[in-house]
Amino acid sequence: MNSRLKQILSVSNSASVLSSLMAIVVGLAAGFLVLLVSNPSQALGAFGTILSGGLSDRKNMGQVLYTATPILMTGLSVGFASRTGLFNIGASGQFIAGAYCAVLVGVKCTFLPGPLLCLAALIAAFIAGAIWGSVPGILKAYRNVNEVISCIMMNYIGTYLVNFLIVRTVFDSLKNQSTRVADNANMPKLGLDLLFREGNNVSSANSGILLAIIMAVAIYIILEKTQFGFELKACGFNKDAARYAGVSEKRSVILSMVIAGAMAGLGGALLYLAGSGKGIDVLDVLPVEGFNGIPVALLALNNPIGVIFAALFIAYLNVGGFSMQLFNFPPQVIEIIISIIIYFSAFALVLKGVIMSIHGRGAVK
Amino acid sequence: MDDYIIEMRGITKKFPGIIANDEINLQLKRGEIHALLGENGAGKSTLMSVLFGLYQPEAGEILKNGKTVRISGPNDATRLGIGMVHQHFKLVHNFTVLENIILGVETVKNGLLSMAGARNQVMDISRKYGLDINPDAYIQDITVGMQQKTEILKMLYRENEILIFDEPTAVLTPQEIDDLMKIMRGLAAEGKSILFITHKLNEIKAVADRCTVLRKGKYIGMVDVAPTTKEELSEMMVGRKVSLNVDKPEREPGKTVLDVKGLIVKNKATGKNSVDDVTFQVREGEIVCVAGIDGNGQSDLIYALTGLIRLDAGSALIGGTDITNASVRKRGLAGMAHIPEDRHKHGLVLDYPLAYNLVLQRYFEPKFQHGGFLRYNEIYSYSKTLIDRFDIRSGQGVNTIARSMSGGNQQKVIIAREIDRAPKLLIAVQPTRGLDVGAIEYIHSQLIAERGKGTGILLVSLELDEVLSVSDRILVIYEGQLVAELNPNEVSYQEIGLYMSGSKRRAAG
Repeated sequence: MNSRLKQILSVSNSASVLSSLMAIVVGLAAGFLVLLVSNPSQALGAFGTILSGGLSDRKNMGQVLYTATPILMTGLSVGFASRTGLFNIGASGQFIAGAYCAVLVGVKCTFLPGPLLCLAALIAAFIAGAIWGSVPGILKAYRNVNEVISCIMMNYIGTYLVNFLIVRTVFDSLKNQSTRVADNANMPKLGLDLLFREGNNVSSANSGILLAIIMAVAIYIILEKTQFGFELKACGFNKDAARYAGVSEKRSVILSMVIAGAMAGLGGALLYLAGSGKGIDVLDVLPVEGFNGIPVALLALNNPIGVIFAALFIAYLNVGGFSMQLFNFPPQVIEIIISIIIYFSAFALVLKGVIMSIHGRGAVK
Repeated sequence: MDDYIIEMRGITKKFPGIIANDEINLQLKRGEIHALLGENGAGKSTLMSVLFGLYQPEAGEILKNGKTVRISGPNDATRLGIGMVHQHFKLVHNFTVLENIILGVETVKNGLLSMAGARNQVMDISRKYGLDINPDAYIQDITVGMQQKTEILKMLYRENEILIFDEPTAVLTPQEIDDLMKIMRGLAAEGKSILFITHKLNEIKAVADRCTVLRKGKYIGMVDVAPTTKEELSEMMVGRKVSLNVDKPEREPGKTVLDVKGLIVKNKATGKNSVDDVTFQVREGEIVCVAGIDGNGQSDLIYALTGLIRLDAGSALIGGTDITNASVRKRGLAGMAHIPEDRHKHGLVLDYPLAYNLVLQRYFEPKFQHGGFLRYNEIYSYSKTLIDRFDIRSGQGVNTIARSMSGGNQQKVIIAREIDRAPKLLIAVQPTRGLDVGAIEYIHSQLIAERGKGTGILLVSLELDEVLSVSDRILVIYEGQLVAELNPNEVSYQEIGLYMSGSKRRAAG
C-alpha cells in the first residue's frame, strides 16, 4: 500500500515539475520569436546570452542570487496566500512598507550595536508588511471586501505614503532616494560576495538569499505539517466546510494575509539591506518586485519549495537579459522578452491539467 | 413495429473512462406512460440527453414513427415534438405564467406582442387537461406545484406529443404528487406519450404502463408494470435483493440529549422569522424526524442548532450543556455530530484527500497532533480503519481526492466521521439525498444502529417514505413553526401531507 501511495504522489509531483519545465520551454520559444522579429541577425546570439548570461561568470551567478532574493519573498507571499484561497495582489504595498521600515531603522537606530541593528530592521520590516497585509485580511473577514480591491488600494497608499515619509525622514535629495543605511544594518555577506566575483569585481550576493530560503522552508512546514496549515488550507479550499468543522474562518483569513504580508515586507528589507548601495527611489511607481511575485508563485504552482527555484529562474533571466544589451537591443525589448517568457511560464497550471488528463486517459485505456 | 412513436435502438454513448449508455433500447408507444427506472449514474439522464440532441451517440439510432431521425440539437427535438420538464425548472421568475409559457414562441403582430390569442389558446389547453393556473401570477409567487404545471403547459403549448418528465415528484407534496399523476394519466388518455424518469417505485406502480430498467449504463429489461411487484423492480434496478422495509427494534427512549426552547431565527432579507418559536426535545435512543416541504425553515433550524448561523432568541442544551451561543467547535465537543444537508458545501473539503476529510472534525485532538504538528501516521492509520469499517470505496485509498469519489462514498465518509465521534446527538439532514437504493439501505441501517447505542438522532428529511419508516416521532414544520407532533405508526401519507402543506395543524408537544 505504502509503495503505491508513493507512486501516486510521484505521478502528481512529476507532472508539476514537468508542466513548469514545459511552460518555461514554451515561454523561451515565444521570446525567441520576438527577438527574431525585432532584429533577426542578432537574435541567435542574444538569445544565447539570455540563456547563458546568468552562468557566464561567477559575478553574474552572485547577481542571480541577489536578484532572486526579493522576488523569492514576494513569490512566497503570493503563493502562500493562494494556497489559503486568497489572491494577494498587494505584495507591492507590503514590500514597500517593509522596505521603508527597514531603511528607517537602518538609518535612525544606529545606537543598536553590531548585527542587532540588522535584526531590528528585519523585524521592523516583518511587522510593517504584516500590518499592511492585515488590513485587506480584516476587511475580508469582517466585511467581506474582496481582497483584490483592498490590496490594490493598499499598494497605492503604501507607495505614496512611503514617498512622503522618505522625504520627511530619510531623504537623500541628491539621488532623490532614501539615505544609505548604516553598514551594520546590512545583511552579513558571509563571504558570498567574495565567492561570487569576477576578478576584483564582487557581486551583490549576501546572506539574504539564505534567509529567504529558510523562510520558504518554514512556510512549507507550516502549510504541510502543522494543524494551523491544515486549517488555513481547508479554509482556502472550502470555507463553508472549514466553518462546519469548527475552524474560525475569520481568524484564518486574517492570519493568512498577515503572514503573506510579513513575507513580502521581509522581501523589501532584504532588497534594501543587501549592501549594494541601493536606496528606495522616490517615484510614483509601484515596486515591481511585488508584482513579479505573482509569476514566481504561478510558475511554482504555489509550492513554497518550488518558489525558490522559480525565483532563481526568473532572476537568472533578468541577469541574462542585462547582458543582452551588448547586442544593441534596446532595454525595452529585453523587458518585453523577459515578460513574454514569464507570461508563458505562468501557463504551468494549464499544462499540469493537460498532463494529468493525458496520464489519466492513458490509465483508463 | 409502427405503433412506437419513438424507438431508440442500441444507443451507445461513451465518455472518457466510462460507458454511460451501452446498447440501450427504449420503445415508447403512442399514448402510454413509460417509466425509465434506474439508480443515480445508471445512464437515464445521458439517454434522455441523447434523445434531446444534447449528446451524439457513438452507435445506435433513433426512430420516430418507424423512420430514422437525426437529432443534433434541442431545436431538432422540439421540431419532432419532444418536450421535457427538467428537474430544476427553466422558468423566468419575474415573468408571469403566461409570459413564461409563450417565451420563445411569441405571437407577434406588426412587431408588437399580441397576447390575446396566446392567452385564449393557453386557457383552452389548461381547461382541456385540467391544469388550472392563474396566467397572470408571477412565477416567484406561486408554489412549486404550480410552477411544474407551467412547465407542462409550456410543452403542450408547443404541441409536443412526446413529454419527458425528469424526476418530477422530488419537489412536490403528496397531494401535489397525486395531482400530477392524474394530469399524467389525462395527458396519456389524450394521446400524448410520456417518458417518466424516476427511481421511486411507488410512483411507477401508480401511474406507469411499462417500465424500462437501466443499471450501470446497461439495458436490463423492459417489463409491464401491472404484473410486476415492487420487489422485482428494485431487484432489476439494483441487481440484488434489497429490503425495502427498515428493520427497527423497539426501544424506550432515555434521558433528554437535546432541549430546544423558543428558538427563533430571523431571515435578514425578509425580516420574517424563518424559524418561529420552535420548542422540542430529542432523547437518547430515539429518532426524531423534522418533516416538511423544502424551504419551510428546516435549514435555518439546523444551521442555528449547529452554530453555522446565530439564533435570534431561544436556547438549546445538549446533555445539559448550554450551547445557545457556543462556537461550532464547542458544540462538537459537547457531543453534537452533524451530517450536513449539502455534502459538497459543508460536509467535505473536496480537494482534500480522503484521510484529511476523515479527521476534519478531530485533527486537533492530541491523538492526531503534537505541539501543533499533525501526526500523519496516526491520521492515515485511523483513516484506514474507518475505510475498512464503513466499506468506503475509493480509487487511491487514503490519498483519494474526495472530489473524485462517488456521491454514495462521499456520504459514507461523512457518516463514518460523524458516527465515529461517538456523539450524544446526531443531526442528520437529508442523509440519503441523491443516493441509490443500496446506499440508502446502508445509511438507514447505520442510523438505526446509532439509535441502538443510545444516540439521540435528529433527522431532517423531505422524503416521506424515509420519515415514516425510520423515525420514532415526527415533527412537522410549516413556515418555520412546528405544526404537529405525530406518531409514524398512526399517521398516513395523506395526513402528513396536509400538515406539511399547512392545511391542518395540531399543537406540538
